[in-house]
Amino acid sequence: MNEQQGPSANGVRSNPISLNIEFSGGLEILFSNQRDHRIQLPAKDSSGEPANIMFLVHYLCENLMKDRRKDLFLLHGGIRPGILVLINDADWELEGEEEYLVQDGDIILFVSTLHGG
Amino acid sequence: MSPPLHIPASKLCESCRATRALISRPKTNQKLCKTCFLSTFEAEVHATIVSTTLFTRGSRVAIGASGGKDSTVLASVLKTLNERYDYGVEFVLLSIDEGIKGYRDDSLETVKRNAVQYGMELVIVSYEELYGWSMDSVVESIGKKGNCTYCGVFRRQALDRGAERLGINHVVTGHNADDIAETVLMNLLRGDLPRLHRCTSIITSSTSSPIARSKPLKYAYEKEIVLYALHKKLDYFSTECIYSPEAFRGSARTLIKALEKVRPSAILDIVRSGEAFSRMIPSQAQASSAKLSQESGMSNCTRCGYLTSQELCKACTLLDCLNKNRPKMAVEVEAGIEDEEASSSLRRGMEAMKLAEEGIVN
Repeated sequence: MNEQQGPSANGVRSNPISLNIEFSGGLEILFSNQRDHRIQLPAKDSSGEPANIMFLVHYLCENLMKDRRKDLFLLHGGIRPGILVLINDADWELEGEEEYLVQDGDIILFVSTLHGG
Repeated sequence: MSPPLHIPASKLCESCRATRALISRPKTNQKLCKTCFLSTFEAEVHATIVSTTLFTRGSRVAIGASGGKDSTVLASVLKTLNERYDYGVEFVLLSIDEGIKGYRDDSLETVKRNAVQYGMELVIVSYEELYGWSMDSVVESIGKKGNCTYCGVFRRQALDRGAERLGINHVVTGHNADDIAETVLMNLLRGDLPRLHRCTSIITSSTSSPIARSKPLKYAYEKEIVLYALHKKLDYFSTECIYSPEAFRGSARTLIKALEKVRPSAILDIVRSGEAFSRMIPSQAQASSAKLSQESGMSNCTRCGYLTSQELCKACTLLDCLNKNRPKMAVEVEAGIEDEEASSSLRRGMEAMKLAEEGIVN
């Protein structure tokens, strides 16, 4: 699926990872009122580790989120409890949560359970 | 969607062992595929309904519908179960139009679509027609501060009046396990034994209302409700009320969610503890002293006829203030709101208490 992932392992540089990011359940308000986003995520974080969900959410917070109320998405350094994360339809708890290494083409959905009706 | 060929055993549904697991259940840690999750969720709501003999054949029951996730899932599940197990109940959607432009008008569009999708009658009762005041005009008059109090008092009566109009004496609401756990914690912290006693009951009938309220989703996690809506692709609305945005940042809610993160079963444990507390509360403490004196003294509001212990009911008292353009009632009324509305209005009240959130969450 993701064979063209750049000059590998300790490689000098890797191609960015294409991801489909979706926000739902009220979170879209924090991201320009837009549900679907396609992003290119750097393949490695600043310390050279492969990109995982933790890196992704900080990246989203810094680069995609225009709203200043960052704590509605990130709280105490992690995703705000009450926000569900689905990785290709699966609960992120089944995929290793923050440690999951994102793959090219992944669909990652963030759903807030916090908004009433 | 699902990977075609090889699924490692560790990724299989623990129930059917045939498909990839997509859900990790907070109650049990069980890993389920979409189909098994949906049917387990429905079976559990059915078990709650049957074990409490919530419905009687031939009755009409109103679903308090806001267009939000909880009431949308409730309507969908009740329709499914009514057909599957032949409850013989006629469900009707009952919505309240508080008159908040850019919020409730949008969510009511969702309810209108739901009515078509579920083939249910829909009745909308508005504050404007009942009280002559929409929330937009209330806020214009008194400002945003304290407006939730008005909305809460008005809503309880509005649901009752809507049900009455339909000739219905039972309203089900979408309150979930997270809501109940939150209310249990808050009533415990406030030392409010009468409310602690009542808040876990699946069905409440109060002296101040002829209409029974029940919560078929009281054991359902908010997480599973959202996942149910998501996997069933239900049409729901999820925007915050413009007059009380971020009400969910209240400390008790944050605490509940933080507990769930550490130990998912905590939410249900708190609900069960609340039920156990309820059984331990001596009967003389089950009703507040105000309530006790009310038991004999309930009468009809001299203005609108609603059941009340005073000469004027709470809504009429608030309306008097509004009409005199002299809003002063906010604090006093807070304590009188019944359980259902208390969940959200208490939440807002608790924000002021600041449960040392940082310390607990870290």
